[in-house]
Amino acid sequence: MKRETLINAALLLGLLLVPLWAYVTDEPFTITLATKVAILALAGVGLNIALGLGGLVSLGHAAFFGIGGYAMGILASHAQSYTPLMESPFLIEGTKSMPVIWVTAILASALAALVIGTLSLRTSGVYFIMITLAFGQMLFFFAISWPAYGGEDGLSIYVRNGFPGMNTLDPIQFFALCFALLLAALWFSHRLANAPFGLALNAARQSPARVETVGLSPFHLRLIAFIISGAITGLAGALFADLNRFVSPNMLSWQTSGEIMIFIILGGVGRLCGPVAGAALFIALEHFLGGLSEFWHIWLGLLLLLVVLFARGGLIGVLAGRQVAHD
Amino acid sequence: MTFILLIEQVLNGLQFGVMLFLMAAGLTLVFGVMGLINLAHGSLYMVGAFAAAAVAGATGSFLLALAAALAAAAAAGALMELLVIRRLYNRDHLDQVLATFALILIFSEGTRWLFGSFPLYLDIPDALSGPVTLPGGIAYPAYRLAIIAIGLVIAAGLFWLIARTRLGIRIRAGESDREMIAALGVDISKLYTIVFALGAALAGLAGALVGAIQSVQVGMGEPVLILAFVVIVIGGIGSIKGALIGAILVGLTDTLGGIALPAVLRLVTDNATATSTGAALSSMLIYILMAGVLIWRPQGLFGAQA
Repeated sequence: MKRETLINAALLLGLLLVPLWAYVTDEPFTITLATKVAILALAGVGLNIALGLGGLVSLGHAAFFGIGGYAMGILASHAQSYTPLMESPFLIEGTKSMPVIWVTAILASALAALVIGTLSLRTSGVYFIMITLAFGQMLFFFAISWPAYGGEDGLSIYVRNGFPGMNTLDPIQFFALCFALLLAALWFSHRLANAPFGLALNAARQSPARVETVGLSPFHLRLIAFIISGAITGLAGALFADLNRFVSPNMLSWQTSGEIMIFIILGGVGRLCGPVAGAALFIALEHFLGGLSEFWHIWLGLLLLLVVLFARGGLIGVLAGRQVAHD
Repeated sequence: MTFILLIEQVLNGLQFGVMLFLMAAGLTLVFGVMGLINLAHGSLYMVGAFAAAAVAGATGSFLLALAAALAAAAAAGALMELLVIRRLYNRDHLDQVLATFALILIFSEGTRWLFGSFPLYLDIPDALSGPVTLPGGIAYPAYRLAIIAIGLVIAAGLFWLIARTRLGIRIRAGESDREMIAALGVDISKLYTIVFALGAALAGLAGALVGAIQSVQVGMGEPVLILAFVVIVIGGIGSIKGALIGAILVGLTDTLGGIALPAVLRLVTDNATATSTGAALSSMLIYILMAGVLIWRPQGLFGAQA
């Protein structure tokens, strides 16, 4: 445990130092890459609450990622065209303010997670995997065929949204925002894992029958975990759309769900900073292998296969040794 | 006019459903016997289509192309099982999902590397290229009718295989108790390879047959794969009968929903809203159907237990 804490600290420090160094040497592209790592890690932290703590293998988290993205896209596109979102029964205007967009993204994806979770958690195992996948696809096809917000082409916004007192167009300041949110989510997920709720959820994963006999409902524990998980991933989606100033149905596709899951596996399931390690490794691979070969996905696939078959603890597992608490 | 349209859509739905069945049958067998969730099943569909397109391009014979699709997909499936899948039987579902997701990446990029990013085309054989006139004066493409017939024949063959042959007995025995059948002297790992290759061959055949209607390209397998998942979730995982009924249900819902929903909505709103809302809703309709079935019966229509 001690060793893992050290690795986590080193990892986060590294993620902070790389863009600072890039800022000093004036390489904005590296800062953008680091921002991408922070945002994708945040999405992974969200999924890790359902997957690592709750044992809920959701292959539909792209739904929340995309809902967060569309929350940003819809609010910002209305703000830039000066048209209200809704006039009756009361007036809702678009906005370019990040805090408002974040809260909207969190609420919208939490609501979606409530609905999807209530229906999906009636099942378990393979059925759960396939149902979350199907709900993800449902939203994906809805986004493609709904013409009001770009349909298949997606939505772009001209200028990145604003945060009071900061210039978000400056890459390093936007990175600072994303990094701060990632730290907050990590702190939250650490506290959650050690809180009575987290302990009960962990117990529900290992032995639902016993949890039930002490008077707790595994269904409700899992549903709450699923909602929190979806909300954090939704926030990451809003940030990701802001980073690209673009949102498209691609964010909702099932490959996105698979990729968020890959971050966790590469890093280590149920590890606090597993998603950070995984996302950093993924982006580094994409950047370096992508430069070497057009077909870098083959190498990614082989690496993933090797990790799943032979290095089950992921990157953090290899570095920090076997975890005692997990399983 | 609308009646003819309806019949046509029902036939299209049947054709789509039968293709989904070929995919879903392999998935549900593999899950029922080995307890494995295989995302890479769509890659086998793609392998079949590419093998068919390559052989048809070289020889011009559609029958040879179909044979090549079956052989290539079965070989790819057997190889996949021997190298990777058999290490996953005792793992949890998360590991299976990820390892087979990794296989998708490898297969898709490998195919792109071999054949390039541009779609290939597979021609419908001359004998089946025209329309046939059905009773009632409906003209319908002969090739699609042939697909329906092939699919139904294979479904019947599969039922016969599972219910009447020694291999089928072993498959069913493997589903209910794998230790016992191993103790009775059946080579269980060989049985697994055979079942996996059989499922792969069916997926490859589906890929080749559909490849002649649509284009053959990288990534063609994944949308079908997800629909096949929906099918087996609706039908009940592990049940061939469930897969057949689920597939036809999904096929019909998909094609009929596309014309029925806008028409129904037109009764309540104006034309433009009805068309756009109808299109958006009908693309979600199968998933709504699935959610409905699961609320009613969480283990699927013919599933034994959840």
